Amino acid sequence: MTIKVIHPGLATTIQDLGRPGYYHLGIPISGAMDRLALRSANLLVGNDDGAACLEAVFMGPQLAFTEDALVAITGAELPPKIDGEPRPTWTSFAVEAGQTLSFDFLRAGARAYIAVAGGIDVPVVLGSRSTYAIGALGGIDGRAIQAGDELPVGGPTAGTAGKSVPEDLRRGPGSSVELRVVPGLYWHRITEESQANFFADIWKVAPEADRMGYRFRSGRPMTFVEHEQPFGAGSDPSNITDACYPYGSIQVPGGTEPIVLHRDAVSGGGYFMVGTVISADMDLIGQLQPNVATRFVAVDMAHALAARHDRAAIIQKIRQALA
Amino acid sequence: MTARYSFGGDEHVFVEVDEAMSLEAFFKSLSITNAVRDAKINGVTEICPANASLQIKFDPDQIAPDDMLAELKALESAADRAEARIKTRIIEIPVFYQDPWTHETLMRFRERHQDPKSTDIEYAAHINGLTSVDDFIKAHSGAPWFVSMVGFVAGLPFLYQMVERSRQLEVPKYLRPRTDTPKLTVGHGGCFGCIYSVRGAGGYQLFGITPMPIFDPKQEISYLRDFMVFFRPGDIVKWKPIDRDGYDAAVADVDAGRFVPRMADVTFDLNEFNADPDGYNRKLEEALQ
Repeated sequence: MTIKVIHPGLATTIQDLGRPGYYHLGIPISGAMDRLALRSANLLVGNDDGAACLEAVFMGPQLAFTEDALVAITGAELPPKIDGEPRPTWTSFAVEAGQTLSFDFLRAGARAYIAVAGGIDVPVVLGSRSTYAIGALGGIDGRAIQAGDELPVGGPTAGTAGKSVPEDLRRGPGSSVELRVVPGLYWHRITEESQANFFADIWKVAPEADRMGYRFRSGRPMTFVEHEQPFGAGSDPSNITDACYPYGSIQVPGGTEPIVLHRDAVSGGGYFMVGTVISADMDLIGQLQPNVATRFVAVDMAHALAARHDRAAIIQKIRQALA
Repeated sequence: MTARYSFGGDEHVFVEVDEAMSLEAFFKSLSITNAVRDAKINGVTEICPANASLQIKFDPDQIAPDDMLAELKALESAADRAEARIKTRIIEIPVFYQDPWTHETLMRFRERHQDPKSTDIEYAAHINGLTSVDDFIKAHSGAPWFVSMVGFVAGLPFLYQMVERSRQLEVPKYLRPRTDTPKLTVGHGGCFGCIYSVRGAGGYQLFGITPMPIFDPKQEISYLRDFMVFFRPGDIVKWKPIDRDGYDAAVADVDAGRFVPRMADVTFDLNEFNADPDGYNRKLEEALQ
């Protein structure tokens, strides 16, 4: 079966849970920015939780189905319609051959996941179907989908229509956002006052926010501890000898606008980092719209691991609810 | 050199071998990452050597962060005792310096440059105390370079010049990064050279272009069929200046599937190199003859 793309949306890409193992060569993990939403969508239609879905950002695509299919939309509140008739999110529904899936305007969040029973069946590249556009890898020719594309779909599953993720297990952004951070990496490079300001200030998501990273602005600029720049680092106090960047790490070029690296991260570079967003909060970043007020909150490793555990428990509950 | 350890959230350990770049720091980073790979530690998902640091990504559901840290510290002391000697390869990379494509690009972004009235290579020659662009090209292509990191974007090598620190070419990055850089541009920022593996944004000074593809996601280039990324940390690169005719001929060879990178297997020993860098480099380059 194939699905025909009538309108691609804004930057709709094929994503699964990503391609670990190549970061040392500059090839990032990629995959869904909101992994819990992608997993939920897959489980709703009877797929393995890591099957490839469409990730639509801010605006949904328009898709024509040539055969009967089972579909689920999760993540952002981007209301789906079949031939113009509304369908619920976080709930599996049937689509008949000849029908068209389209979307209403975005109500909340940033990225919706469109799962089809069988999964989007583009070729696996380095262990994943995820699109990494900078390296022209995965997806369809390594790019976002385009009008006229025919998306191959895998074989049918045992999934059924009308399954729904219980409301209390759905995760999306609230009106204000807190991102939990383990301070570290080059945290010692800024003054105590700047360290305090970083966690006290309200930051706003900047328009430069994509799969590579999210930029934040409107907090106070940072002041650096007096320090002779080491050989190889470059002259600006925010420069370091080019090093690896963790996923979720927060670099602050020039000490002004923090950038949190996400699934399509650059693997390294010459900017100092103040710490790293914990793994449990990475999905949430993928649902932030520009201008959303955000605070960074300092946590320790024990807290990060507990949050990670809570997150895994939610996925387990969703799995049980849909079993 | 005592390494500094920091957790990057709950999934990474970041190890700064040294704040400053040196071949010693690079070798220590490389030998720790090799030791981590050989140790096959359960839960390790990415092993990334960098110029003077390294990063391990792990799954904290499989190995507790403190246990991961303890494993790494034990491997660091073993790496301190390891001999600084690696089996690697030397590769000749042709470069068309001052080519028209990077020239067009750098002229488009003059207002982001320290010296809008000169080109990047003229500026680099000037601030490194060289009297002409020709002298700069001689200095740039005269000694080999170490691939001290692969990354930023897919397959991009960071290169470290194999000469005494006093002779190393250093240039600042652009005042503000460009939004465009041609694919396969040879650039330089701080003490590092690079080859841009894909077209895109960048802040390094632009000196020329190579006809030799180094990243091929379609895996159609003859020497990239087995794996899409050409470079590995520890590779040694020797630039070979070529002119427009040489560039066009090499591009035609690449397109026809005839281009074969000139390279040879070599062993590199850091102590022998340090005793006589120029003499040691000449010996390395003989392997290319």
